Amino acid sequence: MLRDEDRIYTNLYGFQPWALKAAKKRGDWDGTKAILDKGRDWIVGEMKAAALRGRGGAGFSAGLKWSFMPKGEGPLPHYLVVNADEGEPGTCKDRDVLRFEPHKLVEGCLIAGFAIGAHTAYIYVRGEYHNEAKVLQAAIDEAYDAGLLGPNACKSGWAMDVYIHRGMGAYICGEESALIQSLEGKKGQPRSKPPFPAGVGVWGCPTTVNNVETIADVATILRRGAAWFAGLGPDNNNGTKIFCISGHVETPCNVEEELGISLKELLKKHAGGVRGGWDNLLAVIPGGASTPMIPKDVCDDVRMDFDSLRNVRSGLGTAAVIVMDTSTDLVAAITRLARFYMHESCGQCTPCREGTGWLWRTMVRMEKGEASVSEIDQLLEVTRQIEGHTICALGDAAAWPIQGLFRHFRPEVEKRIAARRADAKHRAA
Amino acid sequence: MPKLTIDGLDVDVPAGTSVLQAAEQLGIEIPRFCYHERLPVAANCRMCLVEIEKMPKPVASCAMPVSEGMVVKTQSDVALQARKDVMELLLINHPLDCPICDQGGECDLQDQAVAYGKGRGRYTDDKRTVTEKNLGPLVKTAMTRCIHCTRCVRFLTEIAGVPELGMMNRGEHAEITTYVEKALTSELSGNIVDLCPVGALTSKPYAFTARPWELKKTESIDVLDAVGCAIRVDTRGNQVMRVLPRLNEDVNEEWLGDKSRHACDGLLKRRLDTPYVRRNGHLQAVSWPEAFAAIKERLSDLPGAAIAAIAGDLADAESMFALKQLMFALGSPNLDCRQDGAALDPKVSASYRFNTSIAGIEEADALLIVGSNPRIEAPVLNARIRKRYLKGDFKIAHIGTKADLTYPVQHLGEDVSVFQAIVDGTHPFFETLKSAARPMIILGMGALSRDDGARILGAARHVSEKAGLVVDGWNGFNVLHTAAARVGGMELGFVPGPNGLDTQGILAAARRGDVQAVWLLGADQIETNSLDRAFVIYQGHHGDVGAQVADVILPGAAYTEKSGTYLNTEGRVQRTRRAVFPPGEAREDWKIIRAVSEALDHTLPFDTLESLRAALETAIPSFAVLDVATPGVWGDFGENGALDSGLGALGSAISNYYMTDPISRASPTMARCTLEIGDHVKADARTGTNG
Amino acid sequence: MSDMDLREDIKTMDQPETFAFSPENQAEVAAIVAKYPQGRQRSAVMPLLDMAQRQSSGWLPRAAMDHVAELLGMPPVRVYEVATFYTMYNLKPVGRLHVQICTNVPCWLRGAPEIVRAAQDVLGVAFGQTTEDGAATLTEVECLGACANAPVMQVNDDLYEDLTYDTAKAVLEALLKGETPPIAGSQAGRRGACPCHGATTLKDLAGDYVAQDSVKESAKPKAKAKTAKSAEAGKETT
Repeated sequence: MLRDEDRIYTNLYGFQPWALKAAKKRGDWDGTKAILDKGRDWIVGEMKAAALRGRGGAGFSAGLKWSFMPKGEGPLPHYLVVNADEGEPGTCKDRDVLRFEPHKLVEGCLIAGFAIGAHTAYIYVRGEYHNEAKVLQAAIDEAYDAGLLGPNACKSGWAMDVYIHRGMGAYICGEESALIQSLEGKKGQPRSKPPFPAGVGVWGCPTTVNNVETIADVATILRRGAAWFAGLGPDNNNGTKIFCISGHVETPCNVEEELGISLKELLKKHAGGVRGGWDNLLAVIPGGASTPMIPKDVCDDVRMDFDSLRNVRSGLGTAAVIVMDTSTDLVAAITRLARFYMHESCGQCTPCREGTGWLWRTMVRMEKGEASVSEIDQLLEVTRQIEGHTICALGDAAAWPIQGLFRHFRPEVEKRIAARRADAKHRAA
Repeated sequence: MPKLTIDGLDVDVPAGTSVLQAAEQLGIEIPRFCYHERLPVAANCRMCLVEIEKMPKPVASCAMPVSEGMVVKTQSDVALQARKDVMELLLINHPLDCPICDQGGECDLQDQAVAYGKGRGRYTDDKRTVTEKNLGPLVKTAMTRCIHCTRCVRFLTEIAGVPELGMMNRGEHAEITTYVEKALTSELSGNIVDLCPVGALTSKPYAFTARPWELKKTESIDVLDAVGCAIRVDTRGNQVMRVLPRLNEDVNEEWLGDKSRHACDGLLKRRLDTPYVRRNGHLQAVSWPEAFAAIKERLSDLPGAAIAAIAGDLADAESMFALKQLMFALGSPNLDCRQDGAALDPKVSASYRFNTSIAGIEEADALLIVGSNPRIEAPVLNARIRKRYLKGDFKIAHIGTKADLTYPVQHLGEDVSVFQAIVDGTHPFFETLKSAARPMIILGMGALSRDDGARILGAARHVSEKAGLVVDGWNGFNVLHTAAARVGGMELGFVPGPNGLDTQGILAAARRGDVQAVWLLGADQIETNSLDRAFVIYQGHHGDVGAQVADVILPGAAYTEKSGTYLNTEGRVQRTRRAVFPPGEAREDWKIIRAVSEALDHTLPFDTLESLRAALETAIPSFAVLDVATPGVWGDFGENGALDSGLGALGSAISNYYMTDPISRASPTMARCTLEIGDHVKADARTGTNG
Repeated sequence: MSDMDLREDIKTMDQPETFAFSPENQAEVAAIVAKYPQGRQRSAVMPLLDMAQRQSSGWLPRAAMDHVAELLGMPPVRVYEVATFYTMYNLKPVGRLHVQICTNVPCWLRGAPEIVRAAQDVLGVAFGQTTEDGAATLTEVECLGACANAPVMQVNDDLYEDLTYDTAKAVLEALLKGETPPIAGSQAGRRGACPCHGATTLKDLAGDYVAQDSVKESAKPKAKAKTAKSAEAGKETT
């Protein structure tokens, strides 16, 4: 288990005040100027060395992403955009950073902004996090008042402004280009890439979009050194991560742990274990709604990191672990997720707009057992018709949970269909 | 120039070219619905997916810029399967009501389904239905058929600059709508019907009247404004069913104004289909010989000076030339093609042309619009101004009645004094023009048809010379006409001869009784009360204002019924083609004049269209050069003198876009537009440029 | 299926003729617009629509959309697109309490259907409906982002977490009666998303627990005129 002294989010549960005084006591804003004084190249290099992979789901190297930004001051301003549009079902980690550790995020904005040449950061907070946004705004105001932000942030000579932009209810705005569109005052419809945000981002300017947790990690990593962070977790899956544990566990919670921790240990140590014991486990959605579920036998020894979960044809995603015990109707669960993706499809491109509804309607029949067995293959074919054919990854996200269900539990669905038929025959007789 | 391989073929294309465009250069057609070369790329239909080596997923070729060494496969299993996948998804909620769909036979979705569709639908749930939307009198909707390509939204937002359509809601509830259920107010709205790749947007006036395969298609030229848009006239039997734009990059690209597209039902209404002679105060249908006899009876005793002719806005050059010859033979110098009295100078060709050329607008970097509202006078030309505006660094100022021109302008005022100040060099916009590399001015009929029009023309020449609008290789002096006949009439000299009277002079002389016979060649927009005492010969195709005061009516042919030469506002020589025959006894206009000349014993020296044209080209060689715009010859024109603020605001020559000529005034569709869209408030400063 | 949104065909709605921001809100407009670069005022459309909705008792009349369009120099249709895209804009009137219950998987696994039943029992309406007295509107929503505290319910801006049938009922009844509302957050008495039988990590820090749930009045966001654009100014000095 991760030692407390290796935790970044020491106020993850809000036992202490979020405010500046307490945050400083926890180590925030300590020597920020010294970090900035080491220069942009040092920071980007250190971040690459720390091997921090983006905490928003895709797991792309943060340092590498920063290095894509144009060097020097061009004709266009650079922007840092922080993705706090947390909406992936199962995920609730950014919320606690916003309300309990806002200064980690604000300090991270300054450092990351400096590192990518941005004088302005926008934090896109999902609309439902109204009270969280208020706390964050208060923290930003404190930082301005203390000279930590503003024309000469931390006396570094770097001007930094941080603003909050609130979403208004659209999961898709968690996709970085949709988020940019939304920030521009448009519908959150993802853009085609290329061009990528580092070239053409918000208002046509070079932009880096990072997840809240990624940015909030930054200051601690730079203070303690890349080697410390890289020393945690397996190779290529370094550092700590906030896990969100929900569903059928004894004590659902958020907890910061080392990547690579076994799922079993994670659930046992922090969440009181699976409700009714490990053997009562049916399946786990390991990284938020869009990651395919894994059945108990995979859960038995899988480790919670990017590569281990990819190797079992799922993903770490946002590290939102949704635990489902043997009482769960998995078909109903996936049907509910299918409805979610249909509801959240932006409607822009054909496969997702048309296909997500098809998936959900077929799943409804699967759930009731009213589908035919041959429809299972057709359903999977439709998931593949959507997957990889859309502008953004929502199409993939809609396809994967269904694929995951049938990869591991197809016989159960077939049984349900057979039972329904038998029942119907029986009634007819 | 990145070099790439598409389907095994090498191609070099400029950086920034899309894969789809690069393939097109090789003659490889990639299917698409949302992509349109004149619209911003949306990449939402996903039909143009191709396989590109080293890329993990199929790629939308419309949105993917080429890069060096790219290997593209448009026909691989991956690419073809991706398109089939997308096609099925496009069709699951499409009603497949092709038998009752007006797009049938010319539907992209139908065509692509042949190539990529499955024989059988696998989607067994209820299809989505979407309520119809009211987009006004021109665009009919069947939104259940919509595939959400957003071409219509992008056209109205970008090209037309009247952003009134959007995609509301999201996911499978996404709908194209105005949201507030109001008629589209763009004069270019009909183009979204052409752009719609399915039958979601169809032509409301044309609805359920014909199938495309029954139609005969005739390539022609529009004459309902002075732009000379290339059109295709679709006919069935002897009836024009619809008018569509044709591609002409130099003139209209592929757009057409709503009047030019939809006034064609006016060709069936109020037609003059037999000669008439007024007897005892009443017009009576007569035979051609009787009509000729009536003319001969009245004209034979008159001296030339007592005879006059005025050509209207739709007259073709051949009939004007013939009538001019006839008037010469009759000894009359009294003729004019400027029924609005516009102070155009026939001696200097550059003084009455759009010298910059329509395509040339794209080269300009500053523009002053005086006494014109190009949005309603020439919507397609206005779209070109907007296109130039969208490229950036284009300073536009407007003097005239304030209006939303679909792009932001610096509105300098409505009074000629502002123009005077620019001419004097005391207004800052003079410096803007002077410092521009390619400045231009557009002078409208709203300015030139005023009593001080000749002085405004002179002032415009003056400022053009002073501010460097006319230099080697650039002529920024432009007159925007509203009449298709005008430049042709000016060019062939349908203007007063020595000691001859112009329009105002003719009308005044007619009131006095000095002019006793007036030949109106489709002239309807004159003060007809002035002709009470005169013997009026009205030659034209519609029972409009002119016909009502006529003593003899000679039924002529509309532009769809004859081959006629028209010079557009640029001076571009173009010809209409006959798509249908004139109704009843009506005849081609030059033939009527030729026949009258014979009856009057002044037989004109041509008896075929070819010999007439040969004579015209001999007399005025510029008529022999078809389809090109050449700048006019510069010279001294216009008058000096003070401009007259007392004449009121510089307005537009047009108040209602939808009704400007005998055809559109007879059109039920244009009447509906007038009622439902009307002379909508152009003064609303909000334009698409804000969006 | 239940439609989760408060969408409505605009034609069937009684819409107020006009809308204008209150003087206080009008004063706020400039501060909101100032958060975005010059010429990018369109970015303010979402916050302005939100402000308009809050001023209009929780829903967004068309006149308000038109007003915002005019303020920002946007074509109205672009504002309609935004208003119809985001689910938090309510396009028809809602009750004084907007009760939003997440039924997505993490909440469902921990008893969301019971919370829905509690709400229906208290309010007597189904999803998408408003009580006859206009006191409350019940809406089914997607994940509210508090999954470790499932099941959850949001009433206006406040999230009630770790609900049971009984606690959900109690919360709603108190709110309906206008009694001092229960403290938002966990109804099981835990702090944040800390395991409810006690922290497994950071135990030393738990002792220092000082409640600072929400923003104190004094720390409320100030008008941002002071801080806005300081970077612009700062660039010149650096």
